[in-house]
Amino acid sequence: MTDAPFRIDCDFHLPQAAVTELLPYLDEYWTRQITDRAMHRMPFRLSSYPPNAPLTRNPAYDDLTVSGALDRFDLSLAVASMLHGVVALHNPDMRAALLRAVNDHLAAVWLEAEPRLRGAILVSGEDPAAAVEEIERLAGDRRFVQVTLLAMQEVPHGARFHWPVYEAAARHGLAVAFHAGSLYRLPPAVSGWPSYQFEDYVLQSSGFENILVGLLGEGVFHKFPSLRVVFQESGFSWLPTTLWRIDKTWRGVRQEVPWLDRPPSQIMDGRVFFGLQPVDAPGPAALEQVLRHIGGTGMLLFSTDFPHRQFDGDPVPEGFPDDARPGLFAGNALRAYPRLATDPAVPERLRTEEEPA
Amino acid sequence: MNTQLRPESGENTRLRLVDCDIHPAQRTAGALYPYLERRWVDHLESFGTHIRQALVGQLAYPRMSDGGMRVDAKPEDGPAGSSLELMREQHLDPLGIEIGHLIALGRGGMEERNPELSAAMARAVNDWQLAEWLEPEPRLRGGIVVPQDVPEKAVAEIERHADDPRFVQVIMSTRPNETIGARKYWPIYRAAEAAGLPVGLHPAGYSSGKPSTGGGWPSFYFQEHYTFVPGSQALVTSLVIEGVLEAFPRLKVAIIEGGFSWAPALGWRMDRHFDTFRKEVPHLKMKPSEYMKRHFWWATQPMEEPKNGRHVEEVIDWIGWDRILYSSDYPHWDYDNPNFIFKFPLDPERRAAVFGGNARALYGHA
Repeated sequence: MTDAPFRIDCDFHLPQAAVTELLPYLDEYWTRQITDRAMHRMPFRLSSYPPNAPLTRNPAYDDLTVSGALDRFDLSLAVASMLHGVVALHNPDMRAALLRAVNDHLAAVWLEAEPRLRGAILVSGEDPAAAVEEIERLAGDRRFVQVTLLAMQEVPHGARFHWPVYEAAARHGLAVAFHAGSLYRLPPAVSGWPSYQFEDYVLQSSGFENILVGLLGEGVFHKFPSLRVVFQESGFSWLPTTLWRIDKTWRGVRQEVPWLDRPPSQIMDGRVFFGLQPVDAPGPAALEQVLRHIGGTGMLLFSTDFPHRQFDGDPVPEGFPDDARPGLFAGNALRAYPRLATDPAVPERLRTEEEPA
Repeated sequence: MNTQLRPESGENTRLRLVDCDIHPAQRTAGALYPYLERRWVDHLESFGTHIRQALVGQLAYPRMSDGGMRVDAKPEDGPAGSSLELMREQHLDPLGIEIGHLIALGRGGMEERNPELSAAMARAVNDWQLAEWLEPEPRLRGGIVVPQDVPEKAVAEIERHADDPRFVQVIMSTRPNETIGARKYWPIYRAAEAAGLPVGLHPAGYSSGKPSTGGGWPSFYFQEHYTFVPGSQALVTSLVIEGVLEAFPRLKVAIIEGGFSWAPALGWRMDRHFDTFRKEVPHLKMKPSEYMKRHFWWATQPMEEPKNGRHVEEVIDWIGWDRILYSSDYPHWDYDNPNFIFKFPLDPERRAAVFGGNARALYGHA
């Protein structure tokens, strides 16, 4: 194994814990609440990923265990999240208690059992104080390398409301990841509620465009220069327009956002990273064009999105340049995840590798 | 701006320029009164308009200049865009524009919540376009503003002007009450298709009461300006996936000031995930990108400016050179001058198509 290429998966999903599995991590009050209110029989599945929908479930993976998937995809490390529906609860106390339980379950059940996994701390994007508390509670465990938020929520991710979360994450060297999915507090686009799941899913990438423009425009990177952000299941074919547009608009509007002291595309460089899946560009020519328009592959992170639909088994899409593979598999992730850069499981030769040009 | 014109403005005349986005402004708050029944004048004087935003008569994202207008485009007696004389002097004459399309944003009924007032204002703004712009200036063409959330009134308004060649398209809000592909609006698409009129979709700053992003209200105009892109992506997504373009196979749609460089990425994305969701949308008989290529035209402004201008060329290669429409956005601040928008050489055939030929073919201009 030592000669095999080191491969980091930045978007790997763990099976969702049933509420009954979370009970051991809840105190007496919440245990009582959960059982009295029959919540232990509730599925807590996010509408963004209905359990049997073709998007969520790839039948080819039905018999694959977590460790089996790590073996099958030759993963040396995987940043593993559990996108648990408890994050959508409105009761802030109940939500915080259950999120703590999800994160504790993740550590106790998965990180303990499988040394190739690194954890994501799932937090609420609606309660920054609770999110900060949860980050502080778990940051001492170096196996957690990421804080995860759903992409679509009520207050834009760049807004000052959320800055305490970014402060805590940056201070602890935790990357902040936005994963596709919605709290469904708002319609997925300005024009209203679509009729079909297909539209909801397509529009996720538009949501990520707004997140990127928001993080830049609101000044998050000026305030927290060491913050690293990962977009998961966002796609990246849309990036050329966004980069061209924000740099052009900035020239006319920069007086309003004086913290943008250079073209925004330069500010995000080295700070915002994108999971590879889904690759929306069809075929090598289109992919080559997108990579040329965004100016390289340094912001892309290998991902399987296991067990979701997106990953069809080809680790790298056709047309992806061979010489960029080491960066895609590991080098870029070490720049995206400050904690992985010093992770003892990462070979020394990679940890000291120079950034790709 | 005139001083920046290069000598080859004569060449533009030969190009027979069509400008697909010019904004006429109402000179005063009472500019539509001559075209409204007494009842609605009294109503507006008393109650004002009733739209889904906190501030009356202004935007909650102040622009970087007065109203987001070119500072040199303001006549002495009104806002920028309110003087036909200045529009001729500053825009139509020096650029040699043969045909200019008016997109009448602002007070016009698209955003009004009161259904009867919405219909009355749409009628009024169309009569105002006719009397104050189209009749005195034969180079201009109008867009039929419709009260899309009162579909039967919108259909009536389309039918009222359908035979007048000075109106060349149907303009509806890009922030309607429901997603724009919803069945509620299908009578409007049916009427537009029957009349042979394209639907022009141009984003505007007035709120629909729904946040301008799927993830909430941005803080800065820098961000709000960008929301026209995802907002327009949602329009295309909705019209394609809700089945409008399957139901109305001859409907034509112009995306104006929504950008075009994202079109390939959106087409790719919809196609990529079509297989996954195909069983949910059996009404789609073709790949989503095939509907895009069959039904959409794209206006240029604000033109993208990548460091390598050729990147824009590659984007248009996917869209089709017969689908790109020159637009200036006069008199807005981010106005595009036709002499400067392409940062790479265009062969004469493509120039002729983008700066006029495509619009002539789409809108049936002579």
